[in-house]
Amino acid sequence: MSHSIDQAKNAEKFLADTVHEERLDKLLWAMRLRRDAAARQVPEWEDLRTLASEIKEHTLSNLSDYLIQFEAKATANGVIVHWARDAHEHNQIVYDLLAEQKADLLVKSKSMLTEECELRPFLERRGIRITETDLGERIQQLDDQPPGHIVGPAIHKTTHDVAVLFSEKYGSDPKNEDVAYLAGVMRDNTRPDFLTARAGMTGANFVVAETGAIVVATNEGNADLSANTPELHICSVGIEKIVPTVESLAVFIRLLARSATGDTITQYTSTFRGPRKGAAMHVILVDNGRSARLGMKRFWHSLKCIRCAACMNTCPVYRRSGGLSYGSTYMGPIGIIMMPTFEIRKYSELPFASTLNGSCTNVCPVKIDIHEQIYGWREVMEENDQIQVVKKEAMRVADDVLSHPALYQIATTTLSAALEVLPHFAVYNRLNAWGRHRDVPNAARETFHAWYRKHRTVTNENDERES
Amino acid sequence: MHPTQALSRNTILEAVRANQPAAQPMPTIPHFHTHQPADLVSIFRESIARMAGVVVTDVVNGDVPDLGSFLRNKFPDAKVICSAIPEYAGTIRPASFNHWSEASTIDVCILRSPMGVAETGSILLSDVELQVNTIALLAHDLVVLLDPKQIVANIHDAYEHPHFKLRPYSLLMTGPSGSGDIGGIVVHPAQGAKTLTVLLSPAPDTGQRTG
Repeated sequence: MSHSIDQAKNAEKFLADTVHEERLDKLLWAMRLRRDAAARQVPEWEDLRTLASEIKEHTLSNLSDYLIQFEAKATANGVIVHWARDAHEHNQIVYDLLAEQKADLLVKSKSMLTEECELRPFLERRGIRITETDLGERIQQLDDQPPGHIVGPAIHKTTHDVAVLFSEKYGSDPKNEDVAYLAGVMRDNTRPDFLTARAGMTGANFVVAETGAIVVATNEGNADLSANTPELHICSVGIEKIVPTVESLAVFIRLLARSATGDTITQYTSTFRGPRKGAAMHVILVDNGRSARLGMKRFWHSLKCIRCAACMNTCPVYRRSGGLSYGSTYMGPIGIIMMPTFEIRKYSELPFASTLNGSCTNVCPVKIDIHEQIYGWREVMEENDQIQVVKKEAMRVADDVLSHPALYQIATTTLSAALEVLPHFAVYNRLNAWGRHRDVPNAARETFHAWYRKHRTVTNENDERES
Repeated sequence: MHPTQALSRNTILEAVRANQPAAQPMPTIPHFHTHQPADLVSIFRESIARMAGVVVTDVVNGDVPDLGSFLRNKFPDAKVICSAIPEYAGTIRPASFNHWSEASTIDVCILRSPMGVAETGSILLSDVELQVNTIALLAHDLVVLLDPKQIVANIHDAYEHPHFKLRPYSLLMTGPSGSGDIGGIVVHPAQGAKTLTVLLSPAPDTGQRTG
C-alpha cells in the first residue's frame, strides 16, 4: 500500500525559497484579478455559470446515451473511436497505433489525462521519443518534473530557471532571460519535430456528441500543429468531457479562457470533426475511475470540471505552496477532490491543504461545490481512519465553523482583500498541519472574527461580484 | 470491433449506466445579445486589439488600395507568399504542397475568413478556406480578409456557422500564436504565426457567407 502524500512537508521546500513563493503568489493572484475583470465585462456571467453547471449535470446524468451518440457520429465522420477502461489500456492503445504507423517520434500537445495515465514513461520504455509541444509542458519535461499547474505547467519557474534549463538542454545563452528569446529557442528546437513526426497527439477540452467532434483550446497553436502536420492524429479524452451540442459548447468557450487567464478566448479554439484526406484520426475515450466517481453521491459533481484552474489561482494554500507539493496529477482545490477517487490512501491528507474559505467554489465556472467536497473528503478520511490526530483536531475546528451558519457565512463571503492575506492568519496556525513548518506570524493570534471586524469596511468597498 | 475493445466499451457503458445520477433536464440556451448590430465592427476592432500583435486595416475606407503593394510594403523580406484567395496569386498556391509539412516554407499566408466574432475578435478558418490546414499554422505571418458584414455578435452566434457541423477542421483564431508560460509574460509567437493582420474587405460575392 502506498504512503500518503504529505503536502505540508512537500511545501516546505517551496516555502523555504521565498523568491519562488512570493513570485508565484503574486502571479496567480494577478491572474485571479484578471479573471474577475473579465467576468465583470460579461453582464450575463452568472447566467452562463448556471447554464454551464446545468448542461454538465444534464450531460453527466445522461452520459451513456451521449457517449454512444458521440461514437456513432465520430465513426460516421471517419474517426476511429477506442474505449479504455484504465490508464494501462489507454497507453497500450496509443502504443499500438504508433507501432502500426511506424512512428518513433510523437509530437504531443498538453493533456492532463496523459499525465494521469503516465503515458510518457510508458512510451519511452518502448523506444518512442516524445516531444511535448506546449512551452510550459516542454519546460517541465526537460526538467523531468510533472506539471505544477494545469494551465501553466511551469508557472512556478522564474525566467532565470528557464534560461539555465534551456542552456543545459538546448545550448542556448544561459544569461539571456528575455522571454521572447527563450520562446524562440523552444520554437526553433520544436519545429523540426513537427515537420518530421509521423504521429501527433492532443487531448480535448470538450467532446461534442451531436457532431462527433473534439474541441481543443490552446494559445500556442501547438495542438493544431500536432493534429494537422503528421498523418496520424490521436486524441485522448476523459468520458466526462462530453457536451451535447455545438450550441451548448458556446457556453463553455465563453467561460473557459476568462476563468483561466482573463482573456476572452484562447488564440486557437479548434474543432476536429474528422481526418483529412489520406490521414487518420483516432479518439480514445478513457474511463480510468470516472464511471465509479459518477456513482459517488457526494462527489460526482467534480466531473463537471473544465480544467480552467481558477480554483487554483485563487487558493491561498496553492499560491503559497506550489503545485508540485500536492504530489498528484491534479493539484489545488480541484486536485484535492479528484485525487482521492483515484487512490484514497495515497491522497488521504490532501483535503487538509485547504482553508475552506470557499473562494474556489465562488470562482468555479461550472459551480462545483469545491470547498464542501473538500470538507466531505475530510469526513470520509476520518471515517476511514486515514488521517493523523492533528488533522482530526483541525477538522473539529472546521466542523464548528460549518455547523454555525453565521460563522460559515463569514468564511465563505471572504472578499478579495481578505483572501489575499488569508494565509497569514488562517493557514499558519497550530491546528493546521499544512502550516506547521512555518513560523507563526503575529497575525495568527488574531481570530477570524477579530480580523474580519477590523477589515470589513475595506472589503465591503471592494466590488467583488462572485463573493 | 476487436473483442477486447468490445469488452472495454461494454464495461464502461454498463458502469456509466449503473452509476449515472437521475436524469436532469437540458436548459434552454439564450444568445445574450447585448450589442446592437451597428456596433459590431468597432467591437471586433477593440476585441482583436486586446489580443496583442494584431492590426486591423480597413480596405473599405481605402487604406489598402492594392493588395500586392500592401503586402510588399508590410512584409518587404517575404519570399514565399502563399495565397488561398482567387483575387491574388502570391508566389505559391496551397495545392502545390504535397506533404502538409512543406507549408513551413511560407513567409506570408493570405486567406479569406467567412466569419468574424465581435465579442472575442476571432476569425473563422476551416479546411474549406485553408485547403491545406497547415498553411495558417506554419506560416510566419498571416493576412486574413474579412467582410465586415460577416462579423457576428458573440460566440453563441459564431457556433451557428455551418462549418462546425460540416467541416473536418474549424479554427476560431484570435490573434497570433502566443504563450505566457515563462514567468507569466505573454510573448508572440509560440509555435504558430507571429502576426495576424485582418483586412476588412467586402467579399466578392457581396456579403454572402462563403461557408
